[in-house]
This record gives sequence, C-alpha cells and structure tokens, in this order.
Amino acid sequence: MFAEYSTSELLSIFAMQGVAGLILFSVFVLMALGLAIIFGQMGVINMAHGEFMILGAYVTYLTSNVFSTYLPDLFSIYFILAMILAFLVAGALGAFVEWAMIRHLYHRPLDTLLATWGLSLILQQTYRTVFGPREVGVTLPDWLMGSYQLTETIELPINGLFVMCLALGISLAVALLMYRSRWGIQVRAVVQNRPMAGAVGINTGKVDRVTFALGCGIAGVAGSAFTMIGSTGPTSGQLYIVDTFLVVVFGGASSLIGTIASAFSISQAQSTMEFFMSGSMSKVLTLLFVVLILMLRPQGLFTLKVRR
Amino acid sequence: MNKTMLSTLQTPLQKQRVGMKTWKKCLLTLAASLAFGTVHAADVNTTGLAVTDTTVKVGILHSVTGTMSISETGSVQAEKMAIEQINAMGGVLGRKIEYIQEDGASDWPTFAEKSKKLLVNDKVAAVFGCWTSASRKAVLPIFEQYNGMLYYPTFYEGLEQSPNVIYTGQEATQQIIAGIDWVTKTKGAKSFYLLGSDYIWPRTSNKIARKHIEKLGLKVVGEEYYPLGHTQFNSVINKIKLNKPDVIYAIVVGGSNVAFYKQLKAAGIDMTKEKPLVLTISVTEDEILGIGGENMVGAYAAMKYFQSLPNENNKKFVADFKAMYGKDIVIGDVTQAAYLGPWLWKAAVEKAGSFDIDKVRAASPGIELTTAPEGYVKVHPNHHLWSKTRVGHARADGQYDVVFETKELIEPDPFPKGYQ
Amino acid sequence: MSLLLKSKAGMASLLPKKELYGFLVLALILVVVLPLSLDIFRLNLVGKYLTYAFVAVGLVLCWGYGGILSLGQGVFFGLGGYIMAMFLKLEASDPESTKIQSTPGIPDFMDWNQITELPFFWQPFYSFTFTLIALIIVPTIIAYIVGVAMFKRRVGGVYFAIITQAIAAILTILIIGQQGYTGGVNGMTDLRTLHGWDIRTDNAKYIFYFLCVFMLFVCLLIAQFIRKSKLGRLLVAMRDKEDRVRFSGYDVSNFKIFVFCIGAIFAAIGGAMFTLQVGFMSPTLVGIVPSIEMVIFCAVGGRLSIIGAVYGALVVNFAKTSFSESFPELWLFAMGGLFIAVVMAFPNGLAGLYNTYAAPKVDAFFAKLFSKNTTDNSAPPITPATKPVTKTESTSLPQGALHEPQ
Repeated sequence: MFAEYSTSELLSIFAMQGVAGLILFSVFVLMALGLAIIFGQMGVINMAHGEFMILGAYVTYLTSNVFSTYLPDLFSIYFILAMILAFLVAGALGAFVEWAMIRHLYHRPLDTLLATWGLSLILQQTYRTVFGPREVGVTLPDWLMGSYQLTETIELPINGLFVMCLALGISLAVALLMYRSRWGIQVRAVVQNRPMAGAVGINTGKVDRVTFALGCGIAGVAGSAFTMIGSTGPTSGQLYIVDTFLVVVFGGASSLIGTIASAFSISQAQSTMEFFMSGSMSKVLTLLFVVLILMLRPQGLFTLKVRR
Repeated sequence: MNKTMLSTLQTPLQKQRVGMKTWKKCLLTLAASLAFGTVHAADVNTTGLAVTDTTVKVGILHSVTGTMSISETGSVQAEKMAIEQINAMGGVLGRKIEYIQEDGASDWPTFAEKSKKLLVNDKVAAVFGCWTSASRKAVLPIFEQYNGMLYYPTFYEGLEQSPNVIYTGQEATQQIIAGIDWVTKTKGAKSFYLLGSDYIWPRTSNKIARKHIEKLGLKVVGEEYYPLGHTQFNSVINKIKLNKPDVIYAIVVGGSNVAFYKQLKAAGIDMTKEKPLVLTISVTEDEILGIGGENMVGAYAAMKYFQSLPNENNKKFVADFKAMYGKDIVIGDVTQAAYLGPWLWKAAVEKAGSFDIDKVRAASPGIELTTAPEGYVKVHPNHHLWSKTRVGHARADGQYDVVFETKELIEPDPFPKGYQ
Repeated sequence: MSLLLKSKAGMASLLPKKELYGFLVLALILVVVLPLSLDIFRLNLVGKYLTYAFVAVGLVLCWGYGGILSLGQGVFFGLGGYIMAMFLKLEASDPESTKIQSTPGIPDFMDWNQITELPFFWQPFYSFTFTLIALIIVPTIIAYIVGVAMFKRRVGGVYFAIITQAIAAILTILIIGQQGYTGGVNGMTDLRTLHGWDIRTDNAKYIFYFLCVFMLFVCLLIAQFIRKSKLGRLLVAMRDKEDRVRFSGYDVSNFKIFVFCIGAIFAAIGGAMFTLQVGFMSPTLVGIVPSIEMVIFCAVGGRLSIIGAVYGALVVNFAKTSFSESFPELWLFAMGGLFIAVVMAFPNGLAGLYNTYAAPKVDAFFAKLFSKNTTDNSAPPITPATKPVTKTESTSLPQGALHEPQ
C-alpha cells in the first residue's frame, strides 16, 4: 500500500497519523477524567456523564449566541469564557444531583447506575424541549479553525492541538488537586476509609458533593471542547458513554494514572487500526481487545490496593 | 355519480345487506348529494376506512423522540403543512383531512407496532411517514398484509418496489449517476474516495457509485465505512490525504456528519479550493444547521431539491413554510419530498374518485404535480417519482447555490441493471 | 402411592399456597382475562411485552438473587431472536419467491450485498431441530465463556455490568457492520412462514400468544424451582456475604455461572418468541439501551419477585405504548422518573408495594375465606398452622432486599 509514495510523504503522513492518535487520546482523557474521579473515587456509576458533557456543549452554544448578538467585538475570546461557564453550570447541576439523589445511594452502587440512567433520559428530553430535536451548530472563533502548517506536507488541526493542551492542563490541575491540595488528601482519605475519615473530622458528605460536582464540571468542559470536533444534539451524549466507561474500567477504576494510560493505549490501538482497515472493523476489534484484556485482568491496568 | 352508487351496491358485501333501510338511506344520500354536491362516505370508501361524510383520517408516523428525531422533524412539519393547505382548499373529495400522529421513537419495532395501530385500529386512509430504510423495512410487511398506503419521503437505496408504498424521494441511481456525471464532466475528476456511515443506504449507494465510476473508466482509490454515531475521523482524513483523490464522495449521516466536516476543515482540507472536491448526497440544508455553514462552505451536494431553487412554486412553498414555522427554519430535500406526499395522495384519490386503497393505487401511476416546489413530478408505474437532479454548491450561510440541473426528468429505476 | 404423596409434598414446597395463588392469578389474567378482553392487535402487543418478561425473570434470578447485574441481556435476547429469524428467513427466501434477485434462493439482504452463496454458518438453519437446539446452546456457551472469565476471577458488581454493556455494544456494531450476513441495521425483516404455515395471520398470532404464555410459565416454574432449592438460598447468601459462602467450602463462581447461563437461556427464548410474534428482528433490540430497559422492567416489578418481573414488563411497556400514543414528549420524562423513583422510593418495585400495602388485606381476606371454609369442614387446627408460615415468608422478602448486592 505504501509502494508508490516517497519517503517524505510517508513520513509526513505518519507524523499526522501520530497527531491524530494523540488527539483521540486527548479526547478520551477529557471524556474519562470526570468519570474517573466520580467512579474511581466514589464508586458511583454516572450513566448521565454524556448528558453532563452535552450540557457543557449547550452552554457553549448559548454563550456563542450571546456574544455574537451583544458583544461581537469580543467574539474571539468567548470560547474561554464558555468553558468556564460550562464548568460552573455542569458542576452546579452535579452538586444538586448529588444532594438530591446520589447521596442516598452510596451503599448501593448498582442502583446509582439505574438512577443516573433515568436522569440521563430526563436531561435528554429537557434538551430536546428547550433546544429542539435538531443539532445546533456552534460557531467557533476564527483562531480555532483551520490548521497549522508545520512543514510543506505536515498540517496540524488547530482545534486538535487545543484539545490536547486542554487535556494536558486539566489532567495536571486534577493531579495537583488530588495529590497536593488539602481537599485531595481528604478525598483520598474518604475513599480509603470512610468511617475513619469521618472520625478525624472530615466532613465526608461535603467531600462527596465537591468531588461529584468536580467530576461533572470536568465533563462540562469536555463537552464544551467537543463542540469543536463533534455534534451537539440532545442524544449526542449517548455516543460517548460506552467508550468513556471502557477507558475508565480498563485503566483500573481508582487510579487516575491508569485512566490516562488506558486512554493512551486504546486511542493508539484504535487510530492505528483505523488507518489500516475499515472503520467499523477497527472499532469492533478495539472493543474486543479491551474486553479480552479485562477478562484476563479484570482489575484493569493499574490498581490501588485499598482495604475496604 | 349514479354509476358509482350502482357499482357500490353491486359489491358482494353490500348486496347481502341491501334491505329496506339501506334503500332508504341510499335514496336519502342521493337526495342529499344532489342537493349539496357531496358524496356519501360509503360510496367513496367500500373497505371500512376511517372516512365520514366530512372527514378522512390519515396517519403521520415519524420519530419525534430518539436519535432520528433530528432528521424527521422537518418531514412532520411539511406533512402537517400540506394537510393544512389541502384542508384550506376544501379537503379531499369534500372531506377535511384529520391526522393521527404516532411516534416511532427511532426504534424499528415501535414503527412496526405503530403502523399496525394506524392501519388496524384507526383504519387510516393513508400514512405519511418513515425516514430510515430500517423503519420502512420494518413496516413494509404490515402495510402489505393489511393493505395500507405509505408515502415515504426519503431518498433511499432502491432495490424495493412495493405496491403499498409511494416513494416520493429519489432512489439511489437518480441521485448518484447524475452527480457523478456532472463532477467528471465539468470538474474533470479522475479518482474518487468513497466514504459512508455503516448501513445499507451508504453501502448500496457507494456500490452504485463505484460501478458507475468504473464504467466511466475512472478510479476508486478508497472505500470506508464508520459506525453510526462515530465522531473521530482524523485517521480516515489522513488516509484521504495519502491517496490524494480528486473527489471525496461522502455519504456520512447524523451526528457523524457534523464531526466529519468539522474535522475535515480542521485538517486543512479547504473545500472551496476543490482539491479534493467534496461531493455528498447526504447533507441537506437542515443538516448544515448542525454542522455550521462555515464548515460546509464549498462542498457540493447532488439531490433533487434545494431551498434556493428559483422557480415560483418553490418561492411560495418557502414563504408558506416560513410563515408557519418561523423565519429561521430551513428546508431540505426530504422535507420537500414529505410535502409532496399528501398532495400526491389527494390527486390520486380524486382521480380514483374513492379512498379505497386498491383504487388509489391503481390511479397513482401517471399522477402529475405541476405545483411541486421542485418543479414538476410524475408518478412512475414503479411507484417512484420522475424527477430532476440538481447539484448545489454550499454557501457560508448554510444554503446551496444550484449550479447544475439535469435537462430531462430522470426515470426512477429501483432495480438498476448492471449496478448490482 | 407414596411416590404420589412425595410429589405432592414436593409441589407444596415448590409452590407454597400463597405463591401458588400468585401463579394462578397471573395465569388467569394471561390466559383468560386478556385474551377475552383485548382485540388481536392489543393481544399481540401483550405477547410482545411478555417476551421481555422472559428477560426480566432471568434478571430476577441473576440480579435479585445472585447480585449479578448484567447490562447485556439484550445480547442473549438478540441471539435467540436472530437464530429464530435466520430459520424463518431461509424459509421465506425459497428460490420461487426470490426469483427477481440476481441469486435466487438466498435472503434478500445477501443479494443486495453481492453475496452469491449462502454462507456456511447459515446452512444448518434449514433444519428446525438444529435451530431449536442452537437457540438454547449458543446463548449458553456465550454466557458460560463470559461467566467463567469473569466469575472465576471474582469480577462482579459494577465491573461485570460495564463489561456486559461493552459486549452488547460490540455485538451491535458487528451485526450492523456485517450486513451481508446479518441484514445490518434493517435487521431480518419480512419473515412469513413456519413450515409453510403463515405466521402473520390472526390465528397464528393467537397461537403464538398462548405458546408464549406457556413458555413463560415453564420459565417461571424453573425460576421458582431454583429459588426454592438450595441453590437459591446459596445465591442469596452469596449476594449478601460472598466470602462467608466461599469460606464454607462452596465454589461461589460455579453457582454464579450457572444462574447467569439460566438467565441467558430465558432471554434467548424470549427473543425467539419476539421474532415469531413481531415478524422481524433488528439490532435495536440487542444494544445497550434495550438491555438497560430490560433491567428496569425487572426493577419495577420488584427485583426479588419472579411474578413481579412479569407484571413489571407488562406495566412499563403498556405505559410506554399508551404514553407515546398521546404524549410522546412526556414519555421520556416518565421513563426517567420511573427509573429514579424505583431506585429511591420503592426499591422492591411493585412486588414490594404489594407486600407492604395490599398483601395484609389480601391475606386477611383469604384467612377469612379459609377460616369459614375450614369451620364448615370442621378442621380448624390447619389454619393457624399454615398462617404463620405464610406470614413470615411475606415479611422475609423485603428484609432480604435491604441487604443490597455489593
């Protein structure tokens, strides 16, 4: 298949393919990070994760509309503000959901799955009622469009680079929060031994709420970023949910490093296979490969030994 | 008039029941119809459909919920508008059309269930509905078993010809061959990259496209399918770059569409430069709303209708549609085809002088619509429509400029020889 | 004589009086009330809902008793449905009725995809016997493989749920992608006859309805037998404290695998009945969404009640049909609300509600009836003896449910 191409052409294609893989990796990281925090740290299965992402996307859509109508001069920077708003709105909804629903279900993890599935249906229908069943088009500022010409033949998509930077930034922020902040210490204490954490004076209820809200907020940011590469419609969230869960489970639920490692391996496998075979087949093979490894190593790639 | 009445009386079912009462009723009807010029329901409907002296019931069966509601909303709106306009003109055979709307919920078994309800319980005289091939395939046996009439609006893969369906959209060859001929003649395209979502319509369409391209002596350099809802196209875009085709022939649908065009643009493929040129048969104006006009500008689409068609019928249609659903609404190919459904049915019923399915079916071939927004259409004996195919060039505002139109109406050919 | 007595005693332990009444009432509703009061269109719908009840009953065993929540029961439902559909499709594609195709005698979708010869794995499905055997064997094998891989490694709970979900996703993508062999998104449609007998007539619909009810009761009795056997008690013990059961010397995983396989077989039978009654099979019944919906049927009915599961499937689907006929927009709200309510407000579902509110009254009513009867027969001592037993049974159900599966 490569016989008729020159070495430089091949090199540039491989470079671009590498970037494609990295973009997919960043997308997976953004999708999975919020879920990894919620699922890994709290053991809650949030089936409405995709809907929280789409909430972020809709917030971005609204912000872009507001800016283009009232503040056309500042349109070029609206995206940054939109992401912050997406984080806040999704986080606030997350905190509310935790208070109204999740906190009653901590001892029944399988039931959180059903309840959040119900929540996802309600959110979907709400989006449909408010924004209509059609997808909405989010207009991007010019600097996020197009590609960056690295050499004659290598072109890098700017939105892809942006997603990569965002994924990197958020991962670092989460890592700092988890391992360097007081809150992070509290979260890890609660994960490892809830009664003991409570006994030393940690307000476990509050820690739970903040953790859940943070996870949902990150989902909102991810959704906001995905308006650059994907669609925004009432049911778009469902497209992401299986991939997201697989990334988290494959990585080993309670390990953030594991999530990133698994996002990397799955994305590389998928994008490489997509290059060499048909899209549907590579998707099936990727999923099969993940499920097979999970059967051999059900605890995922990385595990945290925790006494329950 | 009297003739129809006599023939009604002579059908075996009626014969047994002719008693004194029926005679009286008939005389009364006769008197009434002479006086008011209306026809009694029993005369125009011998098979027990939901027809009264003043109303006739029809069904609208589309997805209002679920993933397909994105696409099917426009069809529902168009069908409702057509029905309203027909009612404003006095209805069909003097009867107002009442519709029963059912939700297929993007779920094929639900479509089957609801179509059965419409036919068996509601006894509707016609159904306007379905969008995906899968939903049509699911309801088809039911329409054939209970002898209903379905007006199906979507452009589709062909390979089907049911006596119980009128296909108001184009079948694949009508749409594809004219588009490829145009792109090879005017743009001098030599090589094609075929891309599609993974289901029957894109696969069959690409099969026809490939055969036609190879017949013309040109080259297909790649053919790819991605699962419905797939959102990552960077790898395939790299593959396209590697193969350097003249034309990307894209039949991607739904949410994948949005992702594909956004990523294509981001990867530095500027469609306005036409290197490569993008030709699609799956992106209507409604879909550009979700993709964003700025991501689609420069692409070409081959279909039978664009909102920007300059003829008078269409100007009126667009104005009416905007008056009814707001000025921001856009109209795509399928929406227009859905709008034709009720009008074609009305014409067939009036030609047959009856609501009976068999008579409407017999009357359907040869029905013409000179008022169609797309210009002029005519029903072929194979239940598809003769229609022209146009090529549109996408503008940044989400509309297409019509750059080409076939001279003649293209004959529908659902079972094309040499393309299977 | 003694054998007869023994079987009678066995019967009584399998179906204590109160549960026997539950079965009888359900049988009365399904066999007498519904067929007499509904037209064939609605009855056919009920038949379709009942096919989901098969899955729900299997889930009661797996989830309610075993604590294994499978989000991939659609896989087995789909396998059963597809296996039945393959047989019917072959019969519908005889060379005579497919003569307009370029290759007559193969299913229409193969012809559309340029397949000119029947693939080898389709060949055996000309035989009805093979189809029936495959219907049971194929889902069992797959459930067994998945079960061994997961349970032997002590994977359970949430992980199991997500992995089964992924399997459902894989199967859907495979079916859609391999449309030359499977019919793709469209599924297998236009199924007509079974051994030359038209399955689309009203008569056939009646027969299939009763066949479906009969098969459902067979499954219910099997489930009841498992529930009452030592295995059932072990399952509950495992669900509540798996380690203790393991330390008592039982191989926990084998029981789980067994009950998972049973659930898979039930689902497959349901799928086959679905194909027969609805007349087609499509990948929309295999994927993640239907699989989760099937769990909700079970949860609404009460995850510990096999009879409740049947009512759950009927009630939810009936609500779905009638809601979506009048308010399509409200339906998703209602469904979502139902999910949340069933988890938060009444975790034992309809059966739980019945046991808390209606059961005491019904018990009192029966007790009255019996005390009257028994005084007439002048054998009073029996009543007090049986009553306490049923009482404790009814209260033990909700208590067991409070120990949530981990």
